[in-house]
Amino acid sequence: MDRRSEMHRRERRRYLIGFGGSLGLTLAVFAIAYRFGIETPGVYLAIGLLGLAQLVVQLVYFLHIDRRRSSREDLDLVLFSTLVLLIIICGTVWILGNLAHRMHMHVM
Amino acid sequence: MKRAPTHSYPGINLGERHASAHKATEVVTFGFWVFLMSDLVYFGLMFAIYITMIDAQAGGPGPHELFDLHSIFAQTLILLTSSLTVGLAMLALKYNLPRVRIVFWFAVTLVLGLSFLVLEVRDFMAMAEKGGVPQRSGFLSAFFGLVPLHGLHVAAGCLWLIVLGIQLRVMGMTDRIKSRVVRLALFWHFLDLIWIGIITIVYFGGLAYG
Repeated sequence: MDRRSEMHRRERRRYLIGFGGSLGLTLAVFAIAYRFGIETPGVYLAIGLLGLAQLVVQLVYFLHIDRRRSSREDLDLVLFSTLVLLIIICGTVWILGNLAHRMHMHVM
Repeated sequence: MKRAPTHSYPGINLGERHASAHKATEVVTFGFWVFLMSDLVYFGLMFAIYITMIDAQAGGPGPHELFDLHSIFAQTLILLTSSLTVGLAMLALKYNLPRVRIVFWFAVTLVLGLSFLVLEVRDFMAMAEKGGVPQRSGFLSAFFGLVPLHGLHVAAGCLWLIVLGIQLRVMGMTDRIKSRVVRLALFWHFLDLIWIGIITIVYFGGLAYG
């Protein structure tokens, strides 16, 4: 009984850490955007990196994706989907950006 | 069995205290992850289209006229909090807390999900008043292809919460219900992940490069 409530507390703390971390990152993103203005060089890069950090925090603390051996096959699924996703996004942006450039349109 | 029985699918596991439900959940949850990942690819495609369309405003209203950062900030906090509360519902299930605790966290999540939707629809209406309708430009078509798609997912999640709450009352804590709660929690966390992409790429990206 005691072990159970101990584990419960530990898992709840895990969610709260994830929530606190995400909240901190969200506040940082909006604080930077309001304080410096989104068009200042470097600001968007910082926002992008903070967003990426928040993705990782939520994957680990909310979705419990980690490198434990027992969940490695599932990690493979997530990683492979991410690879497909990156090919789709980068490929689309590359091809259409190139097309726009050759058509002398002012894009990106 | 090469996998450890206590952790046999991605996401939080029911664990050995729910032995029969845990086994039944394993395959279904893996399948649900496959669904989530294909949904992710769908969203990824919409993101890609949006990125290529940022400049295609055709003289119509752009991100600076249309986006309301205060409202986006509120929506972000609401959705993040709802991701925590759905996790707490999942923990209440895992540790066999009284059923009323699960229903309570479900209700909180539902209220947060609905408030998110209200704010989002209000934003869309404000955009439409300024001439920001989907048919105005490629940029707006891409925007309305992506952001309301996420909203639709949240609405589906709200419906799922209601149905599952009713099933919980009628059918009690059966293995099937437990397994459904696991998947609902995964789905809801997944929607919060997509939302991070939306604020970063659609809203901030739009403001930075639009």
